[in-house]
Amino acid sequence: MSESNGSGLRAQAPLLEVRDLVVYHGQLKALSGVSLAVYPGEVYAIIGANGAGKSTLLRTIAGLHHPTEGTISYQGDDITRLRPEKRATAGIGMVPEGRRLFPSLSLEENLKVGATYARKGPWDIDRVFDLFPWMKDRRGQKTAQMSGGEQQSVAIGRALVANPQVLLLDELSLGLAPVIVQRIYAMLPQVLESGVTVLLVEQDVSQALRVATHLQCMLEGHTTLEGTPAEVTRDQVEAAYFGVTDGSNT
Amino acid sequence: MAWVNAIIQGILTGGLYALFACGLSLLFGVMKVVNLAHGDLATVAGYVGVGIVAAIHLPFLWSVPVVVLAMAVLGYVLQRSVIQAALSRGELTTLIVTFGLSIVIENGLLQFFTSDSRGLAVGDSFTTASFSIGSQITIAWLDVYIFVLAVAVLLALQYFLTGSKYGRLIRAVADDREAAQLSGADYRHVFGIAAAIAFATVALAGMSYGLTTTIDPTTGTDTILLFAFAAVVIGGLGSLWGTLIGGIVLGVAQQIGAQINIGYEQLGGYVIFLLVLVVWPQGLTSRRTQS
Repeated sequence: MSESNGSGLRAQAPLLEVRDLVVYHGQLKALSGVSLAVYPGEVYAIIGANGAGKSTLLRTIAGLHHPTEGTISYQGDDITRLRPEKRATAGIGMVPEGRRLFPSLSLEENLKVGATYARKGPWDIDRVFDLFPWMKDRRGQKTAQMSGGEQQSVAIGRALVANPQVLLLDELSLGLAPVIVQRIYAMLPQVLESGVTVLLVEQDVSQALRVATHLQCMLEGHTTLEGTPAEVTRDQVEAAYFGVTDGSNT
Repeated sequence: MAWVNAIIQGILTGGLYALFACGLSLLFGVMKVVNLAHGDLATVAGYVGVGIVAAIHLPFLWSVPVVVLAMAVLGYVLQRSVIQAALSRGELTTLIVTFGLSIVIENGLLQFFTSDSRGLAVGDSFTTASFSIGSQITIAWLDVYIFVLAVAVLLALQYFLTGSKYGRLIRAVADDREAAQLSGADYRHVFGIAAAIAFATVALAGMSYGLTTTIDPTTGTDTILLFAFAAVVIGGLGSLWGTLIGGIVLGVAQQIGAQINIGYEQLGGYVIFLLVLVVWPQGLTSRRTQS
């Protein structure tokens, strides 16, 4: 479902803009000057190998890490110092890596927590049940007993009911079988249709290329490639992903 | 018959111990704070209750909501200031901070109220009324009231935690602070609310204790904190109804100890406490749901 009019989307002002972000984990420089601009309606994909700093970037945008340098702005406002809960209520939703559901709460309670500070918008718990029909009958169940794919869907639902303007998806495919990953990504068109912009991080490059309208590849805290999926070649992606400067290897 | 009496008295005392314990259990369950000032705060509530009744001649029952509300506000404020500051520096820091708080409170009470022990003077009929079953069992109405109060508090807590917006947020924050933030919840505020509720139960515990016996500035650590710990450990950490079961087991063990030899009252309680630690270290009501 790659809509290739990515350039059309980029005519307006960016919804989310990151400039020269530097983030340390203790002594380790996890991000060294990463920038990106996400425009309304986009599916912006960040790809890269383990440890490239993708998750750190997403967590910093959500407010869970503090940058030592650089700025993050959202809808034109500088949010670099804003607390994570304030960013959430301003419309930055996130599905964190590893799902991070509330294990002692039932499925429905997980969604209710997500809806507690919800903005006005099209999403509510019933609409999430429409998106994932299996949830309806199992709403009372504890999420700890559910499969990885089901838990991932609950995590997506929990983020959606808050009616985010931009949804950060951190490694949806992590630990899931390819079939399940496909099924989970199948919700994306409906999410986009409702007006949500998506910024996602993926290790699974082909999955990312299938859904993205704009792409950035990261390596060891740097941006190594940026463009639309149509602009970049397979070889370029490979080189950017693994950090091979010689594009001739097969 | 004397044994039956011991068991009945023990069960009723267990209600009081559950009141001691549920606030401690809640704070630990939600934010992993072991509040060493727990007992002293209960004593403060007892003293404030005494003070209000004596100073402005407020009827005792009216002083209860006033003290409970005041303690709840104090709980929120302490959590948002001192305890949160300690939490941000690591869980062990909260031990030192609440220990310090305990010393400050005890010495403050000594300074203002001297070391004389006091009871809540609320009129004899309320504290001494009793009824008899047969010729050997006499049950104080006050003990029954306190037991009913404890069950009511636990029911209210359970209803609040499972059925209300803030209850759900408290459980969510206890599960995963960061994920709750991503849902827009300020965990510091949620912690404050949990502390307010815990302190409200502490107020009820302190005043109930002040009615059944006398309190002095060291009662908090000598008695209330120790019994609260014992009840929590016996019942299982973090389990609400576990505090009632733990309290009852502790109460019954103490009464049976006293029945064997009047000097064995404390011993009976601690024997059971150690026994549970050895045989069921998770507590009597714990379910092993770790996956």
